[in-house]
Amino acid sequence: MKYLPLVWAALWRRKPRTIYTMLSVAVAFLLYALLTAVNQAFNAGIEVSGADRLITTGRYSITQVLPLGYLQQIRNVPGVETVTVSSWFGGVYQEEKNFFPQFPVEPETYLAIYPEILLPPEQKQAFLNTRTGCIVAKSLADRFGWKLGDKIPLQAGIWPLKDGGNTWTLDLVGIFDTADPATRSQFEMLLMRHDFFDEARQFANGYGGWYIAKVKDPAQSAQIAQAIDKLFANSPGETRTDTEKAFNQSFLKQMGDIGLIISSILGAVFFTLLFLTGNTMMQSVRERVPELAVLKTIGFSDNQVLGFVLAESALLCVVAAMVGLAIGSVLLPGIGQKLPGFSGMELTLPAFGMAVLLAFALAVVVGILPGWRAKRLDIVNALSGH
Amino acid sequence: MAESVVSLRGVNKSYTRGKQSVDVLQNLDLEIAKGDFCALMGPSGSGKTTLLNLIGGLDRPSGGAITVAGARLDQMSSGKLAQWRANHVGFVFQFYNLLPVLTAERNVEVPLLLTNLSKGERAKRVHIALDVVGLAERARHKPSELSGGQAQRVAIARALVADPTLLVCDEPTGDLDRKTADEILNLLQVLNRKHGKTIVMVTHDPKAADHASHVLHLDKGVLVEAQAKRVAGSAA
Amino acid sequence: MANSIQQIAAVTAMNLRSVPARLGTSMVIVVGIAGVVGVMVALFAMAEGFRSTLAGTGRADRAIVLRGGSNDELGSVVFREQAQILMDAAGVRRDADGKPLALPEIYMLTDVPKDDSPGPNNVVVRGTAADVFKLRPEARIVAGRMFQPGVREVVVGKGAAAQFPRLAVGATVDVRDGPWTIVGVFETGGDVHESELWVDQETLRLASRRNAYNSVTVQLDGDAAFQTFKDAITADPRLTLQVQREPDYYASRSKALNDLITILGYTVAVIMGIGALFGALNTMYAAVATRTVEIATLRAIGFGAAPVVLSVLIEALLLALAGSVVGGAAAYVFFNGYTVNTLNFQTFSQVAFAFRVTPGLLVQGAVWACAIGALGGLFPAVRAARLPVVEALRAA
Repeated sequence: MKYLPLVWAALWRRKPRTIYTMLSVAVAFLLYALLTAVNQAFNAGIEVSGADRLITTGRYSITQVLPLGYLQQIRNVPGVETVTVSSWFGGVYQEEKNFFPQFPVEPETYLAIYPEILLPPEQKQAFLNTRTGCIVAKSLADRFGWKLGDKIPLQAGIWPLKDGGNTWTLDLVGIFDTADPATRSQFEMLLMRHDFFDEARQFANGYGGWYIAKVKDPAQSAQIAQAIDKLFANSPGETRTDTEKAFNQSFLKQMGDIGLIISSILGAVFFTLLFLTGNTMMQSVRERVPELAVLKTIGFSDNQVLGFVLAESALLCVVAAMVGLAIGSVLLPGIGQKLPGFSGMELTLPAFGMAVLLAFALAVVVGILPGWRAKRLDIVNALSGH
Repeated sequence: MAESVVSLRGVNKSYTRGKQSVDVLQNLDLEIAKGDFCALMGPSGSGKTTLLNLIGGLDRPSGGAITVAGARLDQMSSGKLAQWRANHVGFVFQFYNLLPVLTAERNVEVPLLLTNLSKGERAKRVHIALDVVGLAERARHKPSELSGGQAQRVAIARALVADPTLLVCDEPTGDLDRKTADEILNLLQVLNRKHGKTIVMVTHDPKAADHASHVLHLDKGVLVEAQAKRVAGSAA
Repeated sequence: MANSIQQIAAVTAMNLRSVPARLGTSMVIVVGIAGVVGVMVALFAMAEGFRSTLAGTGRADRAIVLRGGSNDELGSVVFREQAQILMDAAGVRRDADGKPLALPEIYMLTDVPKDDSPGPNNVVVRGTAADVFKLRPEARIVAGRMFQPGVREVVVGKGAAAQFPRLAVGATVDVRDGPWTIVGVFETGGDVHESELWVDQETLRLASRRNAYNSVTVQLDGDAAFQTFKDAITADPRLTLQVQREPDYYASRSKALNDLITILGYTVAVIMGIGALFGALNTMYAAVATRTVEIATLRAIGFGAAPVVLSVLIEALLLALAGSVVGGAAAYVFFNGYTVNTLNFQTFSQVAFAFRVTPGLLVQGAVWACAIGALGGLFPAVRAARLPVVEALRAA
């Protein structure tokens, strides 16, 4: 620790150079913070999925419809605690780019299966009492400026009304939030009542999109899933049942490998960075050859000199990384609010820890070569050289 | 006295160092005749290098008039000064200041790039200049492959090649051993006598000053004594 | 003037000749900018490939009819009686027998697993006619044969066949109500149809117990026919349908993903660009610093300030350009033609597309690189010019 002032002074030997290097390292870590947060938002579905929830869809595609009678049949499967039904509404609010998911659901059972959704009791009651009612995520209400009591018009992308009309008008009776802010993006949606939806639409009446079952014992999930599918085998509406986690995972897989793209970008950034920082350290050691020789003359050991260079490198990388991560964590919530589907983005503790490790790794990689050079420095030559 | 190449009238030069203002040269008058070989001596801090820089048009005075080769340097913009230097002055530095990436002949050619001479013409002049300093056979070597004396000869060739009115040398032998230093000084003497070059040289080496025709002593920014060893221009 | 150009050339040549001696620092600019340009070009090549795959689908002389209010074929319903009316509408071309050149189609999704992962993928199943080639002359069978009417047979688009190895001729694929046999592979010139499975419409209708179509595609009869046809459909009170030219419809289906990749691309490019800018500043300051004495010597010899400034700028620009060439070339070598598939969330279906590194993107990369190089070179250049000659010489 007593050497810290020495290392600190050496770091600032050429102020502009150190500052520019730090800024480029900081920028890289800023990018790291942003991209890992995006990646996490993509993967958040997997994180929030409960092991005790099963999703039953049509065997050939989630877009198939299944008879509403399945609700009762699945409820009777041993081990199933509650079942709810959901459909894809696919409506458009004002214009297509305002996209957010809308699900007709059976309110009571759906809210029971998803305790993550925090809805004030009186609003829940209003939802149960209002056939044309709907509830929305707080982030959506903020985005579109909706208040309780508002009428929300949705253009049907799939389901016209019985009379051929295309505008569904829903009454906003509840605004919900999630228990964990990090999972907000997963619940950024509008929920409406399935009974009203089924009755009011022009066709496919008596059908639902998919069923969500809550099981009593998650360990039994696989057997229960099999039991459900067996129930409908060889019928016109064959099913496929998966845990919610597997379902979300496979859905994510469909996006193509977002994670791979993000890691590739990060890889390119860090490679570039390695070069920039490594070069600065090399320059700084080259310039300081006589000074390092003087240190050795005074009596510092070769390894101590190596240590100085590595410490300087570590200081540079870690300080700069902190700056980048700090900027990132300040910017993230704001960005999340602007990007539909990404609310609740933040720099998580594991991502932060990983970044610190990366910073140290970077420090060692860029510091080791010049450090070695300093260690091997010959005093006589170094001092005599002009 | 013959016609003056360098003429200083009431020249002052002060620097601000921090909050303090330091007067380096005070009310200095000086004439250097055409064909003179003038040595400037004095303890360090006496202002001799400052004076040399003023004569060479690298720096401008705080006050007074400087006329070199017929031009009022104190009234020129820095752009004009650069042009003037290209036409009238050749510099020789203590540490040669050759461009490390260029060969000797390329280094010598650099000042000619400021002229409109053709490529062939430039090559000819470079060859002559290297011949004069006796280094024609080292033309294709880089500075790192030359000894100190050789490097200084290349630097002198570079100073000569554009045929300037005046050679300005700052401690040209300061980094050389006695024997090599003498060779360089003999070379300068030959240039002065045989080729008629006017030379101003800063040095702290009395033996170097012996080669000059004229020695000026500077102390605390004031010329203390002007001693003519030989009559300027009386070669042979 | 000639003289100053010569001066600039001379000083620049000298600077550049010393680049090999400063290879490490010079490479900072090259590598830094190569990184920026490479990532940027690759991301934009992805957006461009996706966009052009969708925008390249369909022809301006064909129109697609969907239910009014539906944004895509999957969410659209066209009842049989509506289809009959619209096929007889004005503006639709008729063949030699007087039959309208129009094709009602069923559009649905089926899950196809990839060999390396068990998860399903939403692949489009298009229930069409065995003589679809009359309406889509760009389509042709490249392996096997066309499906036969009334039989559970499938022809696979070239893109789908490449992305899903299990979709090979002779194998089976679950479409609806059990496995269907794959009998051929078709291509449509690299457009989005190549990511689809084509089957016989009537067979699919029976197997999926459907009664309605999803869309009707019609061949327009001449240039003015689009408006005639559209007016005819809009005017008919029995029809609540919308008419779009095919290319307009398909291009609109790429907008969301395209925008997303473009925003991501610009964000990453700007942030990385800032990082590279600091690297360039470092390099050029170092370049000026290591040459302080050289520059001062040149100034002493009589070189002006302008050539010094310009030579530093030119050096930075040339290094930046070298970086953009390296980055662009890497993006081209590694990504051009690289085929991926993704879920187009506007159609909820898998689309296979190839990255397209276009000359325009490479130019854009070079412009970006030059901007970074110019900014990174400017301040060091000005410093070089302001260098006090006397002190710089004394520092020697």
